[in-house]
Amino acid sequence: MKYGILMSSGDEVDFMIHGLFKYSFFGHEVWITTSHVCILIVMLVIIGFAIAANIAMKRASEVPSGFQNVVELIVEKLDGMINGTMGKNAVKFRNYIGTVFIFILLSNISGLLGLRPPTADYGVTLPLGLMTFVLIHFNTFRHHKLKEIWVDKCSPLPPWLPIWLPINLIGDIAVPISLSLRLFANVLSGVVMMALVYGLIGKLALIWPAFLHVYLDIFSGAIQTYVFCMLTMTYITNAIGESDS
Amino acid sequence: MEFNENFIRGCSAIGAGLALIAGIGPGVGQGIAAGHAAAAVGRNPGAKSEITSTMLLGQAVAETTGLYGLVTALILMFVKPLLP
Repeated sequence: MKYGILMSSGDEVDFMIHGLFKYSFFGHEVWITTSHVCILIVMLVIIGFAIAANIAMKRASEVPSGFQNVVELIVEKLDGMINGTMGKNAVKFRNYIGTVFIFILLSNISGLLGLRPPTADYGVTLPLGLMTFVLIHFNTFRHHKLKEIWVDKCSPLPPWLPIWLPINLIGDIAVPISLSLRLFANVLSGVVMMALVYGLIGKLALIWPAFLHVYLDIFSGAIQTYVFCMLTMTYITNAIGESDS
Repeated sequence: MEFNENFIRGCSAIGAGLALIAGIGPGVGQGIAAGHAAAAVGRNPGAKSEITSTMLLGQAVAETTGLYGLVTALILMFVKPLLP
């Protein structure tokens, strides 16, 4: 039962999460797991790519070639996606959305390389959802007056009758939970399916699981990345509203 | 009547199976979305890429309830919260 909290069940089926070493944190037993190691690897890859891109763009030429092409393509695609959704607010948020997009995409795809995708750990996706939550409400309070927010929170009923207020508040709290659980459960279901395929029919799983990887890691991972960023952008745009300030 | 550990484990497995009935709803919903997207492409083939991305976004959001069932099932199966 020692590994119960780490979700590893039997001997044959391996969900790729192992406690590497444990330490005591205010009396609680806390484990450093494979998720921590994988997220560090993903972050190192992104940082390395960013440094290489920085060096390439410092000696950028008018006619791009080689690595500069790749960097410009990535930035152009991300900017196009963000501009299409956020319109005039895109300038302020494209750094954040682009960073989150690249991080989640690389995390989801890292299952191909034998890592455990860091996003298959609720401790990674919940902070991403909470960051969206903070951004939504920071922008709401920045672009609206308190009276407008109160009227909006009581919205189907008149503002002097705040019966609907708790339901709206629950709806607000549900946003980061559903965002993070959607990403987490999609990636985790891919990990569990691949673990079952490799663990239960290990001798027969020779070449054909590659197609499962294409669906579960690449297709599903890319779709969920797109959905997470799209929903974040939609919520933030809604929070800012039509104000011109 | 005394409940031993294996009984609780078996009941957890049954509960996990029942939790996955939640998969019916998203299946029906995604099918409806895909059908309407196919009809839309048939009516206006020029907007195919936009229709596809909208359909995928809507389907991914509709999938959420099924994924809640999946998470419940996985917790019942592997975290085993009901064991003493």
